[in-house]
Amino acid sequence: MLDFPRWKRIWLWGITAIVMLAALPSLASLTNTPWPESLPDKTVNLGLDLAGGSHILLEADQSQVAQQRLENMEEAVRNALADEDPAIRIGDISTADGRLSFLLDDPAQVDAAREAILPLMNGAGLVSEWNLEVVDGNRMLLTQTESGLQDAITLAMDSATDVVRRRIDSLGTREPTIIRQGDNRIVVQVPGLADPEELKALLGQTARLEFKLLDTQALQTEIAQGIARPGSELVPGAPGGDYEGTVLAVKRLGGVRGDSLTGAQQTFDPQTNEPAVSITFDSQGTQRFARLTTDNVNRQFAIILDGRVLSAPTIREPILAGTSQITGGFTVKSATQLAISLNSGALPVDLTVVEERTVGPDLGAESIRTGTIAMGIGTLLVILLMVSTYGRFGLYATAALFINVLMILGIMAVLSTTLTLPGIAGFVLTIGAAVDANVLIYERIREERKRGRRVVAAVENGYKEASRAIYDANVTNFIAGVLLFLFGSGPVRGFAVVLIIGLFTSVFTGVTLTRMWVAGWLRKARPSDINV
Amino acid sequence: MRLLKLVPDDTNIKFLKWRLPFYVVSVLLIIASWGLVYTNGLNYGVDFAGGQEVRLTFEQMEEAPIDDLRERVTALGYGDPVVQRFGGANEVSIRVRLPEEVEGVPGAAAEIGNQVIATIKDAYEGVRQDGNDTVSGKVASEFRDTALQALIFAMLAIALYIWVRFEWQFGVGALFALFHDVSLTLGMFALLQLEFSLQIIAAILAIIGYSLNDTIVVYDRIRENLKKYRKMPIPELLDLSVNETLARTVMTSLTLLIALVPLLLFGPASLFGLTAAITLGIFVGTYSSVYMAAPILIWLGVSSDSFVPRESVADVQEKKARGEA
Repeated sequence: MLDFPRWKRIWLWGITAIVMLAALPSLASLTNTPWPESLPDKTVNLGLDLAGGSHILLEADQSQVAQQRLENMEEAVRNALADEDPAIRIGDISTADGRLSFLLDDPAQVDAAREAILPLMNGAGLVSEWNLEVVDGNRMLLTQTESGLQDAITLAMDSATDVVRRRIDSLGTREPTIIRQGDNRIVVQVPGLADPEELKALLGQTARLEFKLLDTQALQTEIAQGIARPGSELVPGAPGGDYEGTVLAVKRLGGVRGDSLTGAQQTFDPQTNEPAVSITFDSQGTQRFARLTTDNVNRQFAIILDGRVLSAPTIREPILAGTSQITGGFTVKSATQLAISLNSGALPVDLTVVEERTVGPDLGAESIRTGTIAMGIGTLLVILLMVSTYGRFGLYATAALFINVLMILGIMAVLSTTLTLPGIAGFVLTIGAAVDANVLIYERIREERKRGRRVVAAVENGYKEASRAIYDANVTNFIAGVLLFLFGSGPVRGFAVVLIIGLFTSVFTGVTLTRMWVAGWLRKARPSDINV
Repeated sequence: MRLLKLVPDDTNIKFLKWRLPFYVVSVLLIIASWGLVYTNGLNYGVDFAGGQEVRLTFEQMEEAPIDDLRERVTALGYGDPVVQRFGGANEVSIRVRLPEEVEGVPGAAAEIGNQVIATIKDAYEGVRQDGNDTVSGKVASEFRDTALQALIFAMLAIALYIWVRFEWQFGVGALFALFHDVSLTLGMFALLQLEFSLQIIAAILAIIGYSLNDTIVVYDRIRENLKKYRKMPIPELLDLSVNETLARTVMTSLTLLIALVPLLLFGPASLFGLTAAITLGIFVGTYSSVYMAAPILIWLGVSSDSFVPRESVADVQEKKARGEA
């Protein structure tokens, strides 16, 4: 046990030195000391609770994807059947219960209808995305398959993640982290942001822009009762706009959507000098918008943003150029925000903030400062106790403790793990617990000496007999640490990381290194008695 | 140099003489703890209850207007907010629990958070927002589930490991000691109504780890002594083992405490709950290793044969054949 040949000593010192060196860049950055650029500079990441910043968890409403798909299908089916020659007439259309159902006016056209619909049913992939059934001879039912819906959700989440990234980039924040999580969530982490309100507002805006014709035949009494005529829907007015507090009836189909935009910009309305957003359609959008405005001169259409009517201007003349201007109670800020949102594309689903954690940079810096002070005092007290209890052996334990702290930091830096506020508590706990291995060993050596063993035998036995308990204790702590890591979230994981790494390093420093030092001293000094 | 000795050599304290009364008291404490958890309830923080917590510094004031803040936030109509000092005198934390009726609404917590912050920023100048935690009802219930799973899995996995490394009696004993520690910690939180958050789950897992540390050291010595002193009565042997490891137990608990107390006194306010829970747990955990984990071995029938196998059936038959039996 006490035999340390030269190669073993070199090897142990080598590992120790390398891992400790890895901690230096992190130490420099934590203490704001300049670090030469030519050297490796991998540092431990500071968690948002220390560096300051925002962690935002967004959740998408999956049922919306299903609903949106149904509506798209409805429009596609209507168009396809109307384009048939002779046109296939249908009625009693409903998208209730997650399926599209309609009646053919002429049951004889079933096969023609099926032919027309089949090409719409399958996407690019091999999976079948829809099921088509015909019941009672003339009712057709289109149901989404589970795999088709899952594909659509995955696609929607991918594109939502892209949109989120573009919006955050437009704020010019540095190093945001944007990760998809699970089926329907996106984690956004933005360091160093003092006020996340702007970010949250930006992410919370779906920016689904729609232009729909007003249903002029709708009766006010019906609207007041919340009844929409077939083919119409009721849309509330946007707060701050012309229609705040009222509800408008608009035609469900035949409008133009804002997803065919090439650009958006904050401007001012030349007439009223009100903040506005000017938009430019792409070629397809220009065509659709031209058709809508040409066919409906002197009618009113509603400009709807995320299910709220911004304004409902009357079409004076066909708009063929593919540009338009949106007003509706904007401030300069909200108009700019809408322009950013439109430029980054509409979110395919609504995202809601389900968790937010923000820490101001001042508080984070303060936490590092007080945490470090507390850690310093704690270390000092532990050292005092160890040295006064175990003398020379206490000094070995102290040296091991310093190396231990640096090694934990070094390993954390190499693995690019994150140091969080609970992680600091983990350090303090590790400092207190790491010496436990030394305490076990030294107490055992005391015992062995009392039983009359000679110095070398006592030391040897002390290390041997104690290591069994040290091993078992560390494995069980490891189990607790891993479960904490697996089930914990965010900052708590940082605590688990420090604990787990600390288990390995404290066995290495507290047992292996001190044994090497003790062995070296015993060989050199050959003491006949030891003071432990 | 004379070295410090916290525990005199060769102590012979009859720990186990009082095992029955201690056990009765401990079991009563466990029952009382769970009773408290059910009647008083745990004071869930936003992590587990949902809602929002905002930390503010009133930069132009000596002292934060706590009563006024409470009134203003209460006026928003989301029940009674918790408004308290957090760190310095002009720093506060305001906690609003998510009302039950909007627990299922995904954006509700964020909406409440925005309102609270806007209300206060309208009323006061120079308010710095130091932090904000917003957790929706759904995420909070997920946190509750995973926290519970983590605790249960950790306890079972550890008990299983001890069973494999020692004997089943030791596994049961360790599990019982852990159950005792977790129960008493929860009971303390229910009694004092301290905020119960994700950090406290981390603290409890750390307590489980370190309480077990103690238990294992005692168990290891019991195992060693069971092999060494085959004829010694079990209670006496357990007492001997506890006494032999007493110096180490005291020393380790002490180093942990002196490392943690500065963090408790001078550390960041956000770590207070975590540190307090672990500090408390060190006392409970040390006690349970001596008084819960060891005596239960007597009742579970640990004997010196637990590690050294009894004569095998074949041996007995051989003896019989030779007419020795």
